[in-house]
Amino acid sequence: MKAPLSWIKDYIDLDGVGIEEIANLLTNVGLEVESVQLVGVEKPEGKLKNKYFGLLWDKEKFVVAEVVEVNQHPNADRLTLCELNDGTGITTVLTGAPNMFPYLGKGRLEQPIKVAYAREGALLYDGHQPGQVVTKLKKTTIRGVESRSMICSEKELGISEEHEGVIELDADAPVGMPLVDYMGDVVYEVAILPNMARDASILGIARELSAVLGRPLRLPEGVALEKGGAIAEKVGLEVRNTELNPRFMLGMVEETQSHQSPYWVRRRLSLAGMRPIDALVDATNYTMLEIGQPLHAFDYDLLRERAGGKPTIITRTAYEGEKITLLDGSELQLDPQIELVTDTVGPLSIAGVMGGSETGVRAETRNLLIESANWNFINIRKTLSKTRINSEAAYRFSRDVHPALAETALSLCLKRVQEWGGGEVVQGVLDEYGKPYVDTVNRISAENIAEVLGQEISLEESTRILERLGFTCWMEGRELVAKSPATRTDIESGIIGQRNLIEEIARVYGYERIAEKRLSDELPPQVGNPGLEAEERIRDIMVSIGLQDTLAYRQTSPEREARLNIGRKAPEGLAYVRLKNPITPERTVMRRSAKATMLELLEYNAKFRPGLALFELGPVFLPVVGEILPHEALRLSIGMTGAWDMASWDRPQSPAMDFFDLKGVVEALLDGLHLEGVKFQAVEHPSFHPGKCAEVRVGKEILGVMGELHPQVKKNYAFGQNPVLVAEFDGEALVRLSNAVFTNRPISSYPAMVEDIALIVDESVPADELEALIWQAGGKLLVDVKLFDVYRDARLGEGKKSLAYQLTYQAFDRTLTDKDALNIRNRIVKQTKNTFGAVLRSQ
Amino acid sequence: MLEIEEKLQAELARGIEALQTVADAESLEAWKQEFLGKKSLVMQVYGSMGKLAKEERPIIGKAVNQAKAGLEATLAEKEEAIKAASQQEAFTKETLDVTLPGRKPRRGRIHPLHLTLRQIYRIFGDMGFQIYRSPEVETDDYNFTFLNMPPYHPARDMWDTFYTDKEGVVLRTHTSPGQVRVMRERAPENIRVILPGTTMRYEQLTARSEIEFIQVELLVVGKGITFADMRGTLNDFARRTFGENARTRLRPSFFPFTEPSAEMDVECFVCDGEGCGVCKGTGWLEILGCGMVHPTVLRYGGYDPAVYSGFAAGMGIDRSTLMRYHIDDIRHFRNNDIRFLEQF
Repeated sequence: MKAPLSWIKDYIDLDGVGIEEIANLLTNVGLEVESVQLVGVEKPEGKLKNKYFGLLWDKEKFVVAEVVEVNQHPNADRLTLCELNDGTGITTVLTGAPNMFPYLGKGRLEQPIKVAYAREGALLYDGHQPGQVVTKLKKTTIRGVESRSMICSEKELGISEEHEGVIELDADAPVGMPLVDYMGDVVYEVAILPNMARDASILGIARELSAVLGRPLRLPEGVALEKGGAIAEKVGLEVRNTELNPRFMLGMVEETQSHQSPYWVRRRLSLAGMRPIDALVDATNYTMLEIGQPLHAFDYDLLRERAGGKPTIITRTAYEGEKITLLDGSELQLDPQIELVTDTVGPLSIAGVMGGSETGVRAETRNLLIESANWNFINIRKTLSKTRINSEAAYRFSRDVHPALAETALSLCLKRVQEWGGGEVVQGVLDEYGKPYVDTVNRISAENIAEVLGQEISLEESTRILERLGFTCWMEGRELVAKSPATRTDIESGIIGQRNLIEEIARVYGYERIAEKRLSDELPPQVGNPGLEAEERIRDIMVSIGLQDTLAYRQTSPEREARLNIGRKAPEGLAYVRLKNPITPERTVMRRSAKATMLELLEYNAKFRPGLALFELGPVFLPVVGEILPHEALRLSIGMTGAWDMASWDRPQSPAMDFFDLKGVVEALLDGLHLEGVKFQAVEHPSFHPGKCAEVRVGKEILGVMGELHPQVKKNYAFGQNPVLVAEFDGEALVRLSNAVFTNRPISSYPAMVEDIALIVDESVPADELEALIWQAGGKLLVDVKLFDVYRDARLGEGKKSLAYQLTYQAFDRTLTDKDALNIRNRIVKQTKNTFGAVLRSQ
Repeated sequence: MLEIEEKLQAELARGIEALQTVADAESLEAWKQEFLGKKSLVMQVYGSMGKLAKEERPIIGKAVNQAKAGLEATLAEKEEAIKAASQQEAFTKETLDVTLPGRKPRRGRIHPLHLTLRQIYRIFGDMGFQIYRSPEVETDDYNFTFLNMPPYHPARDMWDTFYTDKEGVVLRTHTSPGQVRVMRERAPENIRVILPGTTMRYEQLTARSEIEFIQVELLVVGKGITFADMRGTLNDFARRTFGENARTRLRPSFFPFTEPSAEMDVECFVCDGEGCGVCKGTGWLEILGCGMVHPTVLRYGGYDPAVYSGFAAGMGIDRSTLMRYHIDDIRHFRNNDIRFLEQF
């Protein structure tokens, strides 16, 4: 909402309150000032906390002037020479403004044209360039005539984008007066909170200032209204559904005219962001901006023509299949939810949203019928979500307007139409008020206020605040009783109504004046969050290993996830959480696969670094049959490719990472989480190389899968030669199986014995099983087993491999002897021979 | 003095002098041969001791011992000096250009938004807040209705919502649904929690706006919780986050699930409130929305608003992280460009 200060001042005296102070007051009372446009006036001084912009009108350079005669430019058909009096004498000013042409050849004008005049050297906006480009007015010669100064358009002065003609000021503008003194202004752009829609009006904003400054509000006065009367003979009215249309009023002005409104009206509308149209439409818009009640004007004669006699206005919901052509020319298909204003022939407008094209005001309009109505805001919202129409009226009706405003608005609007358009107000109004609004009454005590705010505010002060906001207040015993004003619908009753009042009191009192305390209530029962703690532990371990933490988008597309499969063919029937209104075709569902996300991250980053090691911890979204919400399953994904160690100036980078680099990371993680009984088992998985993929499990529980990306799958991404390694883990299982507490092993103070043995076994013997057997055979004196070589050679025999281990023996109570070592070794050799046919490789 | 004594004295003097010109191990070896080797005078004298007259022996013995000791002492000094010199030479050869870059080990970093989250956990943890998390895909009821926004409520416009193809299921537009979830779980106990998590809004993706972002919500429910408690708690948070002297302001705002509602601004820490690009010239940065929990929300959560009260606050951490590190584009957080992440 844009509020010109000059307009606000119609309703409240703001003498002595500075431009910046007004902005701060508005913000502090809940009307956040987003920007302040300075229209000609100087920027206030000091440390400013608001965003200012606009053009300064130098008092010496911009003045009110009058054009006394308009003559043709001798060498250009489309230019005129205006004889202009700026208070210091007559000058000739050249202009191409089309609105000066009607005065051509009229000689000395009986009624001089008042204009905004800029002298040589003035800084103003260039009217011929888009946007606002400041330019300095210099002497030029145009087609042989010298030009030093200018009659200004609104665009050149920064009032609006209008540059079709120059401004014609109202006749009473005093010649010679600095323009800024005559019509300089400040426009506050204010954000209207959803519960403060009543302040989407100049009067609403003035009322807030009145409350916070403690200054009286001057209400505007319209014509006196009486129900019924002559108007009833001109038009009929029928409201079919008072729920949807609680109130509908009609007033009428006869013999009026569609000409321009006075300039001050047009300027205010422009500054407030509305385009001036003509006196009749401007009167409805002006009134809407003034008090917040939208109005609609019909050309009465067109209605009469349609009806073939006395028209009847009927409000009702649309019939199935009905259509309407709107003011903007678009045709709209209607349905029975949509409330309409109609006549006996058909729809005239979408109630509270937008008028139809057939019966609106036109240049020929002489008799004007004005609708001032109230609509059910929820139904308006349904209409808006269906039709996606935006209008100033819809904006206000969709936030609920008090029905009493219909009456105030009609009275003001009738007066303006008559003043600006001329004509006579037809006696009487029609008023169908089928559902009178009952204003709420709330009672609060000083304790109620203190209990919510933690700050005492006296009932006297509360009363003053509420009264200035329009409440009617009185005391009953120790309670303040407040009847809500007939301008707002946001004050409920009961405990919520009480809260509403406390908010009103607090925001005007000033939030910054409320005390600052520390919580002093009893601490709640202490509930830990082991899941989050374990997640953070995983994050720390991964980072300590050297992997980079990342954060993934939840939204993706099935096509993107299908890249995980050979030929981009996803398995059939994957259930997704699908978005009804995706922002892009790239993000239509919630992700199911953390691997897919990780591969995209690797792909994106591979071009920037020769080696990558990333991880991501976040949910995937798995729909569950019979459940409303999907299972949000925590996943840990790991992605690695390229060299682990970067090249330095004297060393080449390490070789490209392979399966065992990934496995090492996984082992380090599981070790850090103190998981017990972890097993890696070769599996086949459609995304992975069939011989380089393992499942990680604890007992029967599968923790995740890891491996090198299948070469055919790798083709779906822009990767180079290096293997791409990916793992995806069930984060919940990791969290559940991790042990924050574990048993620390003691360290022996006796020396350890170390020896190497190499065992030759069949290729088919898995290394982990052989190692497990070594541990078992070694007994409790065997404290470490380290595989240090895997060797294959024709001399070992076809299908054989040699696994070399470094074994460490140690006791807690003595120094071991060679004999001890021999015993352990013999057990190992014997048992591995029995179970796997292992042969000790001769040294 | 015997002739031999004189000879030995001269030999010692000659040896000392000769040693002065010795500079390396090779010539040192030659010197040793000459003065202490088998054919050296000293060793020859030792060899001939048996042939000497009995009375001459102690005299010559003493003389030869003195000469040998003198030569050896000088030799030891020289050896020490040569060793030191060669060590010095080695050091010189081994001297590095210490300004050459070191070999960087791979270093993992915590994502910047996770860093911010941890800081928030710490600060509120100190104040006794627990952490509670709730679903990112939510029901319309929890996201709106239970938060005092029945269908078609005007306040629903405040969030541009992603809807799913399942009726009544949306992507949560804020972390506030967790308020009702935690209340239902904990009622009638006191509550003091923060609710962190990813939220999603239907917005254009630009340098300043994201479709996914992380919020942290705050909820306190108990008996006698007031607006003043809220103001104190949030100011404490602001001071711990932005520094002891951080200036804040609380101004009225609207959220359907709080009443009274407020927004908290902190004086821009980039320009000290003078107005700059970061604060868009206003001198203030908006950091959070807050308010006293609406009676309707308390009721939905299972608390009687006549007995219990509470406050809630919500903040977006993407934006505050942007400001903290002067990051130019909010999309960096989820694009995970390694060149961006490596800077943390």
